[in-house]
Amino acid sequence: MSDSGFARILARRSFVELTARERARAVLDREGQRELLGPFDRLHSPWLERQGIVPQEDDGVVVLRGRLDGRPAVAVAIEGGFQGGSMGEVGGAKIAGALELALRDAERGAPVLPVLILETGGVRLQEANLGLAAIAEIQASLIALRRRVPVVGVVAGMVGCFGGMSLAAALCTRLVMTRQARLGMNGPEVVEQEAGVEELDAADRPLVWSLVGGEQRHAVGLADALVEDDVAAVSAAVREAFARPAPPAHRSEQVARFERRLAEIDPAGPLDGPALRCRWAREEP
Amino acid sequence: MSGGARRSRGEIWLAALAGGGGVTGEGPGSVRVADAPLGEERARFLAVVPDPAGRFSRARAGEVGLEEAWALARHVRGAVADDADAGRARRPLVAVVDVAGQAYGRLEELLGIHLACAAAVDAWATARLEGHPVVALLVGRAMSGAFLAHGYQANRILALDDPGVLVHAMGKQAAARVTRRSVAEVERLGEEVLPMAYDVRSWARLGIVDELIRGVDADAPGAGDVARVRAALAAAVADARSGPRDLGRRVRGEQRGASAEVRRRLAEQWDGPA
Repeated sequence: MSDSGFARILARRSFVELTARERARAVLDREGQRELLGPFDRLHSPWLERQGIVPQEDDGVVVLRGRLDGRPAVAVAIEGGFQGGSMGEVGGAKIAGALELALRDAERGAPVLPVLILETGGVRLQEANLGLAAIAEIQASLIALRRRVPVVGVVAGMVGCFGGMSLAAALCTRLVMTRQARLGMNGPEVVEQEAGVEELDAADRPLVWSLVGGEQRHAVGLADALVEDDVAAVSAAVREAFARPAPPAHRSEQVARFERRLAEIDPAGPLDGPALRCRWAREEP
Repeated sequence: MSGGARRSRGEIWLAALAGGGGVTGEGPGSVRVADAPLGEERARFLAVVPDPAGRFSRARAGEVGLEEAWALARHVRGAVADDADAGRARRPLVAVVDVAGQAYGRLEELLGIHLACAAAVDAWATARLEGHPVVALLVGRAMSGAFLAHGYQANRILALDDPGVLVHAMGKQAAARVTRRSVAEVERLGEEVLPMAYDVRSWARLGIVDELIRGVDADAPGAGDVARVRAALAAAVADARSGPRDLGRRVRGEQRGASAEVRRRLAEQWDGPA
């Protein structure tokens, strides 16, 4: 590796290792940041204590108002370190509520750029049906909002993005991932549990990443940008995502294209990550 | 379909409400669609049913798999596009919900079942935003990501008041394993902690259901049962047409105090100190 290559690596600051609060702060412009419903607002889950779990005063979701290259913005980040980033009533309502307010502002002609930093295993099972309801509401507001302003998602890792929130990631106008990140509907442990270890060995990390890792998702066109685990790189990718023109159709609207792709797959035949890359090579942009 | 096999609730109710089996000929066989009269107009009814001959082995028992999710998106979007092109009134869309869950499999993850289900969510939400009255009718299981993809984006949610109508984020056995509890403990917790419950009555107390339809035979509906459900659907359609196109009404329930409180305080803080 060249000297400049080493210098670049040494200058890196890991994004993956940051807390949700630090991530939100790292993505927005440094000036004028303001957290909404922070820990001192003491809005925690009303359901956890009675199940013997200590709640967290922000319920694991950080909502940060601020700016992106000077334009009004909101960054919403899920804390993977609290209950696996699981979505409960309060955290879910913070995300849905932020998207609903961004929609209101966009309808008034004063758009706020929304960034979702997703690190979640999905529904918090201790709040099961309210987590699921909140995710449906997040998806509803995201779909309404992205008609007016792009919604940019970031999946950085370590938890990854799974469950109902993986659908929210797929609904983002643009999705930024790192190699450390994973994106899938059912986590590998859940697939192994439900379908057996011969279906998927969740402990086989190279296998798991070859299926749902950031590099694979980007290579087959299910993520838009693949970035190094570096604060400056993630922040630049978010800005670039907002700078690009709106896609003619969101991925989730391209029904005929994906049904055609699916029809060409033989479910009985062998298919792995690298083979899918040959079939579903990225179509730029 | 296959002779002798017990029909699923989704199949039973689609046939009862729309007549016929809703087989489209376009595949997959697990996604049934029928346009049929509802009140004074025609509505589109959609259901996901078991298909032992399905191409993907993990989605043969009434799960929402890759093909099911994309097909739901296609059929919902088809109604939206056709009504827009014809310049006619937006037809009601009815999701007949009996879904066992999303399909769990290696191939499903590789091929992006998260995007497939997102496409179904997108189609339903788009229909609602475009002015179609969208009604979900829960007749059986409404599980997890499958319910997100089929039903949870509706303007109005109706459910049969029946022990076979179950709503949850994860099946009991799996939930027990993941939370390191016994199935009995999971069931007991559902009695103590409302959002953990599986039964539709508990779920209705969260304020998400618009109407719980009582006294209907969910497995073998008679003509009177079907007439009552049709009347409830027609009323929900009329109600949806007269209301807003968002899901705001869902967070007004007594048991969703925190959902409302978060939104209220977030709105107060949104624009910062004056």
